[in-house]
Formats: sequence, structure tokens, C-alpha cells
Amino acid sequence: MKFERYGIGIAKGMALTFKHLFRSPITVQYPEQKLIVSRRIRGNELVWFLDRCTGCATCAKACPQGNIEIVTHVGTENNYVVDKFEVDCGRCMFCGLCVEACPYNALAMGRSYERSQYRRSDFVLSKEQLQLSDIRQPSGYARPLVEAKLPRQSLLINSKQKDGGQKLSWLGLSKKRGRGV
Amino acid sequence: MTLLESFRLFLLNMNWPDWAAYLVAGLVGIIIVLAFVVVLVIVFIWVERRLLGRFQIRLGPNRLGPEGIFQPLATAAKILMKEDIVPAKADKIIHWLAPVIVFVPVLLIFAVVPIGQGAILSDLNVGIVYVVAVSAVSAVGIYAAGWASNNKYAMIAAFRTVAQMVSYELPVVLAIIGVVLMAGSLSMTQIVESQTIPYIILQPLGFVIFFLGTIAEMNRSPFDLLEADSEIVAGYHIEYSGMKFAMFYLGEYGHALAYACIVTTLFLSGWQGPWLPPILWFIIKVFLVFGTIVWMRATLPRLRVDQLMGFAWKGLLPMAIINLFIIAAEVLWLPQINLWILVAINIAAAGVLILLWSRLFTLGGGRVEV
Repeated sequence: MKFERYGIGIAKGMALTFKHLFRSPITVQYPEQKLIVSRRIRGNELVWFLDRCTGCATCAKACPQGNIEIVTHVGTENNYVVDKFEVDCGRCMFCGLCVEACPYNALAMGRSYERSQYRRSDFVLSKEQLQLSDIRQPSGYARPLVEAKLPRQSLLINSKQKDGGQKLSWLGLSKKRGRGV
Repeated sequence: MTLLESFRLFLLNMNWPDWAAYLVAGLVGIIIVLAFVVVLVIVFIWVERRLLGRFQIRLGPNRLGPEGIFQPLATAAKILMKEDIVPAKADKIIHWLAPVIVFVPVLLIFAVVPIGQGAILSDLNVGIVYVVAVSAVSAVGIYAAGWASNNKYAMIAAFRTVAQMVSYELPVVLAIIGVVLMAGSLSMTQIVESQTIPYIILQPLGFVIFFLGTIAEMNRSPFDLLEADSEIVAGYHIEYSGMKFAMFYLGEYGHALAYACIVTTLFLSGWQGPWLPPILWFIIKVFLVFGTIVWMRATLPRLRVDQLMGFAWKGLLPMAIINLFIIAAEVLWLPQINLWILVAINIAAAGVLILLWSRLFTLGGGRVEV
């Protein structure tokens, strides 16, 4: 006699849903909470290295949209000095042809995925904005040398934060609300 | 004497004319009960959405106000501002009347819900019969809505509703009679006062039958066949929008609140409880009942139509009759016995009956392995 068919089955199901009450939710409340993203994703941005760039403008020629504007003058040590390096990210489709074209690895795809702006003019990035910074880091995507230096990480949603895991909380979030990021 | 009657006597002592005291006391009572209903219904909508979210490991609405408490108000405002669409070939008068017929009986039920000692709008001596009679009217409203919409989905939902509500009325009423026999009264106040041990312990089978029956009567999951989205889109209110849809929506939650109140009154000993004030005990119990309803909604899948009818006629109705016989025999032959012996007898009887009747609903009487 299997008691699953005599009401125990329903009781088991009810117990299972009751346990769900005490699990942390899988909802990510995006502007306040963010999941940790892999450092190896191909993000929606470019990172430009000033010291490696020779001003050859291969990237500008490779760009199918003509987004990259580069202005140079001849320097003292038989080199080009880059005066202006501007990328119009508003028209960029992140095809990565400029990254592939660069003979000196002076361009790389970044990791970030948050690219929205309030004004169209904010999309035109100057050479200061394009350089390496805390928020603008090269990803390991298709760059084995960069990738080898990146730490290994786990993206699982669990409580072990030292492995790069992440735990989402559900209480007390309403206090943070409205402040933005 | 209820609090309202004492208020009326107080007004008469203040040399108010008879009619004015009657009118003012009645109006005050109605306003208090309406406020109670509206506030609790809004809280219920919020509780259901948040609790269902937690059952499904989601968050539920938590943006508007602290922990999303104002979300139901925003939803209501949104619904009220929508265009009121009436189908061209609808039966316009009935289409307009149906939401009212659904909503008003729900409000009428609260006239006999005892919130505390004497805190009742009208302590009818046939209170529970009144509840059964009034709540059955909602079926007419839903049928009218399905008919007047001139839509086949709405019509199917209306057919289903009438079949379901009429079928489940029987076991519900039989379970109520068990309570009435033990309490010795039809008045809601006296039913509560007679519960030294809550009837959920004294009549567990009656509680199960009544609870499942009421969930079917208020058309909630797992018995929400009339709103089965996967089969008949939105059921009887498919052609409704704006204010009329809001009436159905409020009526649905009002129904849930009304039945939670009645389950509390009949089986959970109403306002009685230690330490806390009676009104608080009542609300706590109502929310426990509603939480269980949401819990069932989060767990159990919807029944098929034939399973639904089979469950009413082959499952609940015979069990309700046997339960009624057991209770009647106990009341007749063992009136002076210690209540805890009755508790043991009834729990054993409930276990045996549920086991026996489950065999009906297994494949091939339990002989077929799945």
C-alpha cells in the first residue's frame, strides 16, 4: 500500500513549497543588485592603451562604420604622437574588427555591459575616457595573455563568496531603493 | 447584546428620536464593516502577491512604498482608468448588472461575521443559513457575466461555475450542519462561544470538507476552472475591463476574505484566544486561513473538469454525509462525554475515511501501477 496516493503525496508537495519560503529568491533587483559577471565575457566597450598605440590608424581603417577618429603629429623620436583618439560608441556595433586589426594589441574589448547614456554626445569617448581605469578593464575574451592573468571565478549563486559566488538577499532592500548606483 | 445595539440605546438615552438613533447606529456599523472589508481586501491582495512570490522563490512587488504595500492601490488606480469596453453584441443590461450581483452578496456576508465579543453588525439567529443563502447568489452573477458577454470562453466558464458552485454547496452545507449540531445554534456568535475546543480539532474531517468546498466555491486554485488561462483565456470576465473588472477582482478577494472569516468563525473558534485582544486573534486566524489558501495555490495544479465533479460527488459528499452521521450520533448518545475522547474518535474516523475514499481516486482502485 503506497501512501503517496492516500494524501501523503499532497502533504509532501505542500511541504516542498513551504521550504521554498525560506530560500533566498533568485530575483536580481538589477540597479541595486548586480550579478558578478565573468571577467572573460566579450563586453560592450573598448579599452585603449596609450603606451602601446603607435598612431598607425589601422583601427580607423578597419572600422566599418568609420567611428574611430584619430589625429596624430610627428614626434621627436621618429614616432607619431596621438593628439586625438575618439570613438563614437553610439554608432559602434562592437564587431571587434578594430581590436583584431591592431598590430600592437593597443585595443581590447572590455568587460562592461552597462553602456546607456542620457545624451547622445556622451557616447563620443575621448582618449582619456577610453584608457584603462577601475571600471574599464580588458576582458579575457580572445586574449590568451590577458586571460591567463585573470583569477579563476565561480559564477554560481551560492553563499561561498570567496569562490566568487554570490548570495542574493531579500530583506532590507527597500532602504537602498531610489539611490541609484 | 451587540455593541451596535448598546450604541443605539446610548443614543436613545441622549434623547435622540427613535428613527435617528436607528439610522445613525446602522450607518456607523456599516461604515466600520465596509472599512474593515476594504482595508483587509487590499492587504489580502498584497499578501497574496508577496507570499506567492516567496513560494516561487521570487520577490513579488516590492517597489511602491515600503515592501510594495501600495502596489494594490496602484493596480486599482490603473484598472479604474482603463476604458470600459462593452462588446457590440453583448446583452448590455445584464453585462452591466453582473459585476454588481457578484460583488454585493460578498459584502452582505460580512453582516453576520463576528469580529469580536458582540462586534457584529447583526447577530441573526439564523446567521450561518444567511451566509449560505447569500453567498450562493454569486453564482448567478458569474453566470450572468458569462452569458451577457456573448463570448464562448465566457459561456464555458459560466457553465463550469454553475456546475462547480452547485456541486460544492452540498458538502459545504453538510459540514456546516456538523458544526451547528455540536454548537446547538445557528447564530455565529453562539457558534464561536460554544467552542471550548476549536472545531478544527473536534471535527477534523468536517474542517477538511468545508475548507476544500469553500476553496471550490470561491473559485480559487486548484479549483479555478472558470479562470483556467490555458483553456478558456480569462473565463467569465474575458469581456470585462475597467471598473466592472475591478468589481469582479474585488469580489474575488472579498469572497476569499469572507470565507476566511467564516472558516475562522466556524472551525478556529473565532475571536477567542489567550493574551491578545479578540480583534487581533480574529485577524491573525483569518490571515492564517488565507495563507493556507495561497499555499495551496502555490502547490497544487488545477483539476480537470471531470475530476472536479467526481471529487465533489464521489469524494466530499459521501464523506460529508458519513461525517454528519458520526457527529449526530456523538451529539445524540454521548452528550456528557469528555470532549477529548470525541477528538480521538473523530480524528481516527477522519483518517480511516480519507484513506478509504482515496482508493476511489487511484487508478483502477489502486491496483494499477503508474
